[in-house]
Amino acid sequence: MTNKVAIIGVGIEGFRSSIRELSYKEMVYQAAVKAYSDAQVNPRDDVDTFISCEEDFNMGTSITDEYAPDQIGGAQRPVHTITGDGIQGMAAAYMQIKTGMFDIAVVEAQSRASDILTHNQIQHFALDPLYVRQFDATHHTAAALEKQIYLKRSNTSEDAVAEVAVKNHNNALFNPNAAYGIKATKQDILQSKMIATPLRSGEVSESADGAVVIVLASEKGIGNRDVDPVWINGISYATNSPNFHTRDWQTAKYAELCAKKAYEMASITNPKSQIDVFEIDDTYAFKELQHLEALGIYESGEAGKALLNGELGRKGSNPVNTSGGTIGMGNGHDVNGLQRVAEVVHQLRGHAGKRQISGAKTGLAFSWRGVPTTAGAIAVLGGN
Amino acid sequence: MDVRGKRLTLDEFMNTELSVKHYPEMEYNWATGVAITKFLKGLKNGKILGTYCNDCDRTVCPPRMFCEECFNPMNHYVKLPDTGVINTFSLAFIRTDATRREKAEIPAVIDIDGTSISPSGFLHLIDEDVSHDKIKIGMKVKAVWKDEKDRIGDITDIKFFELLEDD
Repeated sequence: MTNKVAIIGVGIEGFRSSIRELSYKEMVYQAAVKAYSDAQVNPRDDVDTFISCEEDFNMGTSITDEYAPDQIGGAQRPVHTITGDGIQGMAAAYMQIKTGMFDIAVVEAQSRASDILTHNQIQHFALDPLYVRQFDATHHTAAALEKQIYLKRSNTSEDAVAEVAVKNHNNALFNPNAAYGIKATKQDILQSKMIATPLRSGEVSESADGAVVIVLASEKGIGNRDVDPVWINGISYATNSPNFHTRDWQTAKYAELCAKKAYEMASITNPKSQIDVFEIDDTYAFKELQHLEALGIYESGEAGKALLNGELGRKGSNPVNTSGGTIGMGNGHDVNGLQRVAEVVHQLRGHAGKRQISGAKTGLAFSWRGVPTTAGAIAVLGGN
Repeated sequence: MDVRGKRLTLDEFMNTELSVKHYPEMEYNWATGVAITKFLKGLKNGKILGTYCNDCDRTVCPPRMFCEECFNPMNHYVKLPDTGVINTFSLAFIRTDATRREKAEIPAVIDIDGTSISPSGFLHLIDEDVSHDKIKIGMKVKAVWKDEKDRIGDITDIKFFELLEDD
């Protein structure tokens, strides 16, 4: 037994700009039922460990993990919370299965952005309180600071950045789980309101509500189940620096760090040629390009050019964010990573409908925890 | 009030050390969803609702869209009586801001009659005017409702639970 780990079930509820007819628990339940049906598991008997990815301030409840079990079938079972992105939770589940003590693990993440009335304040609250939070700059300012130096040092054009948003909004038109499928044009993005130079509102992913539940299993956990496993060949996460004055603003160092480890695990030496589909964080349009370069898929300054050449489109050689990314599906905050993973699973199973990339065998999902963090997580998924 | 430790004055607490203050604005507007919306609308109409799980043969209160025991949907809503039993209670003398109450508030977990297998219900209050030594675990209680015109679809549409004297 090689103790390999696979994703055997995925369930998505949403994403929509707001889901007001369901409580957050009911929304997660809907995603969980779909995931368990896909994975052919009964959560009450078959699952050994449950992981919920959520943050107290996003949920509006302190010690919010106490409320996580019921809606994922984990009542009075082993459940714990990862305060972070869904791929970080998936890495924890992967490691638990690797110990040999667990055969089936569940990872859940969700966004209830519509339940939060003062979202900007919650984001602002993440800044260092002693000598950063005093400035009345929105969290988008941190992204603007980053974009400014990224464009300059990589010599990337505003046209390329705008085309990221255009591509992802248009890809989302083909994804029934996307909140923001829009026939957008470059002019729409370039003429949108300036938030903080050089960042315009059209480049920023809008929040959305939704939940993703995934089921992971060892070979023993798969057993005789009639499932379509997608194997986790590499998984990792990394953080650069929390401080504005010590972080690397130009490159997404965290992406470089975690990719190195995941590629090593998955025996990837040339990600551009060895990986068929890419789901890459695009919380802000420029981040897709910056992340592609930090992940070693393109050299510095080349990702924007590749996009303008059509390489990153659905018909291009390196399709990125066929799901629509967070710009197209909606910014799910803690669940963004699992949005990315879910799309790679759909692609590798051949279930992506009109978005399907024919012959996709290996995929990469990369998430960033959003401003003001420098934390990223990656999963390299594939067939046998 | 006797508490251990050295009591600081407000001035000492706020001004003796250089510190940074921040007062976050955090506001939420939670969607109540399918089951709790029905529950709250029931309260507005003077009714306590639960849901029945066919697979587990049990009724729970407040209602839920799904059964956390068998993980199947729960669609069968039932009207329950507005009576129940004190599961546990306390005489509470401290408010959330740490100031002291002269007259105790009496939070109690009420198991609503008609819920089954393991009884369920909710946290509420016992009439604070009752003599404290009369309150016992297992005692029967009944909801005292606000006037219909004052009910808004909230757990506080029930003012408190009064003791039923029959035992």
